[in-house]
Amino acid sequence: MFFGRRELLVLAAGFSLACSKSAPAEADKASPNAAPVSSQAAPVALNGAGATFPNPLYSKWNAEYNKQFPNIRINYQSIGSGGGIRQIIAGTVDFGATDAPMKDDESKQAPGKLFHIPTTIGAVVLTYNVPELTSALKLSPEVLADIYLGKIKKWNDPKIVADNADAKLPAKDIGISYRTDGSGTTNVFTDYLSAVSPEWKDKVGAGKSVKWPAGLGAKGNEGVTGQVKTTPYTIGYTERAYATQNQLPMAELKNKAGKFIAPTTAAMSAAAEGVEMPPELYVSLVNSAAEAAYPITGYTYLLVYADAKDPAKGEAIAKYLWWGLHDGQKFAEGLDYAPLPTKVVALVESRLKELSASGKKLL
Amino acid sequence: MTVRSDVSLSRPRSKLQLALGREANLGDLAFRRITALFAGAMIVLLVWMAVEMAMASKLSFAAFGLGFITSTDWDPVREQFGGLPFVFGTIVSSLVALLIAVPISLGIAIYLSELAHPRLRTPMGFLVELLAAVPSVVYGLWGVFALAPWLRETVEPLLAKTLGFLPFFQGPQRGFGMLAGGIILAIMITPTISSVSREVMRAVPAALREGAIGLGATRWEVVRVAVLPYAKSGLVGATILGLGRALGETMAITMVIGNRAEISASLFAPSYTMASVIANEFTEATGQLYLSALAEVGLLLFAVTVVLNIFARLLVWRVGKLPEGGQL
Repeated sequence: MFFGRRELLVLAAGFSLACSKSAPAEADKASPNAAPVSSQAAPVALNGAGATFPNPLYSKWNAEYNKQFPNIRINYQSIGSGGGIRQIIAGTVDFGATDAPMKDDESKQAPGKLFHIPTTIGAVVLTYNVPELTSALKLSPEVLADIYLGKIKKWNDPKIVADNADAKLPAKDIGISYRTDGSGTTNVFTDYLSAVSPEWKDKVGAGKSVKWPAGLGAKGNEGVTGQVKTTPYTIGYTERAYATQNQLPMAELKNKAGKFIAPTTAAMSAAAEGVEMPPELYVSLVNSAAEAAYPITGYTYLLVYADAKDPAKGEAIAKYLWWGLHDGQKFAEGLDYAPLPTKVVALVESRLKELSASGKKLL
Repeated sequence: MTVRSDVSLSRPRSKLQLALGREANLGDLAFRRITALFAGAMIVLLVWMAVEMAMASKLSFAAFGLGFITSTDWDPVREQFGGLPFVFGTIVSSLVALLIAVPISLGIAIYLSELAHPRLRTPMGFLVELLAAVPSVVYGLWGVFALAPWLRETVEPLLAKTLGFLPFFQGPQRGFGMLAGGIILAIMITPTISSVSREVMRAVPAALREGAIGLGATRWEVVRVAVLPYAKSGLVGATILGLGRALGETMAITMVIGNRAEISASLFAPSYTMASVIANEFTEATGQLYLSALAEVGLLLFAVTVVLNIFARLLVWRVGKLPEGGQL
């Protein structure tokens, strides 16, 4: 025996004493802060959860915002869009985040009206491992769809050669890599393929996870990149930030206007300029008609209740979103996202002004 | 000193202790209750998990019924869900892993317990056990960047050339697939199986070995006649431990197995496991039916694990009843 019974009893008694003492002490400390809700100095902690894709930007925002407003602390957990939607519906977080807009049956489950607030623009790029290629691979939409449908099987297929006349393409089998974990990246990519290929739309469709007609699945951007890097003659898609940070080759895609466009932030902003934003503030950006648009581009959104239950939190969220819409946009480009076009900023401004708590406007 | 200890021994007992008679009774009773509580809590937890998963999968069960187990169609876009490819992938990858890991682990255990120089035993045993502590994502990354390319360039062409007449070694060679998954699992379960096997073999009474040596047995014969027959039920137990880990492994295998919900006889072809599909798709799954179908995959994994464990228990029991001697 390490302890006699008496020692144990003393320990237990001491422990329970310590517990019972500390509980009221903490309550005493907390109550003066909790009482004056309207006071500017009252610290507020906001919890958000959702999409992984904009996580680097939100982390940056939260850190910067906390520097400017030390009494506001924002925690963002990148648990995935699906988790973000589930948690905002359940009310366990103050805001959710998603890459794909909520479906109607999801919106119906929510106890209140949810606003989609677009925050930034991201893109999905095609990366490849073809040692023979010295300049960027050029792909037209039909060709890309046919590759992922498993119909174009060789790199020297006449359809690929037609777009890459000066490149030497080998007679090798095309390896295909896709994201197997549900992701906003896959959603944007399959959304694009559905927009440009009726056959894809009919056979596969768009979603965060789909039934891929061909290829191998890999987990995460890093998994796809790993497969592409280690397997010559493989093509895969990743989010742009991941590809630029790892200096992967990126294909130029033919857009709706017929131009081959490299995935630059300018080309992503151009895509957003070319698509009219509807009043619900969510829209697909893929296959934008703008001349300079990169075609596989998408918005990402924060989800907030139109009418907040807690006025202090509601006000903090509204101000945070306002800040993100203006000051926050300058961080986008450095993190490989594109800032929102001014037209969209104006639309989001008026939406944020609709935010309320118990019917009272917050901004 | 003696006087003082006498004093403490004759210290009057508390009323409670007097009422209960001997001091040991209270402690025994409390000990018994507490340990029973722990054991009971595990059973409650198990039943609770099963019930929760069954409740969560109600919607999917209502929509697909038993067809869920026989259907190979997994299409989240059209909300058609069938779990057979995942069941197949889980069982086959685990069996491939056992097929590779059991002989190797037995070899390691025999070497470490019977043949290795005593000074080598401890460090080598330690190194083997260290493998069990490597996080599975590290195995996965190694699988992506080292194992899969090696399989694609060396092993799979060789297998196709020599054993290509078998359906297991046909089709495109991509490195990622069932074979890579099985090998990764095998590497992960080898430390478990070998270290438990080694302990079991160490526990074989020395008299048995001495008897065999006395009869003129060689080193190998000692192992075959004295050690293995005595240790066999423990060895089966070690294998079951390994199988348990293989069935539930998620991260490493999903990085190399290719993640396609397909059933193919070829080990070169991609496959998918139950644990992997849940881990991959649950976070982003939206829609009630989709979530429910994933819960039903979880329930299936639970069922497969229970069935395999019962089967393995029966095996241990059967093996335990066999005579313990061997033949020269």
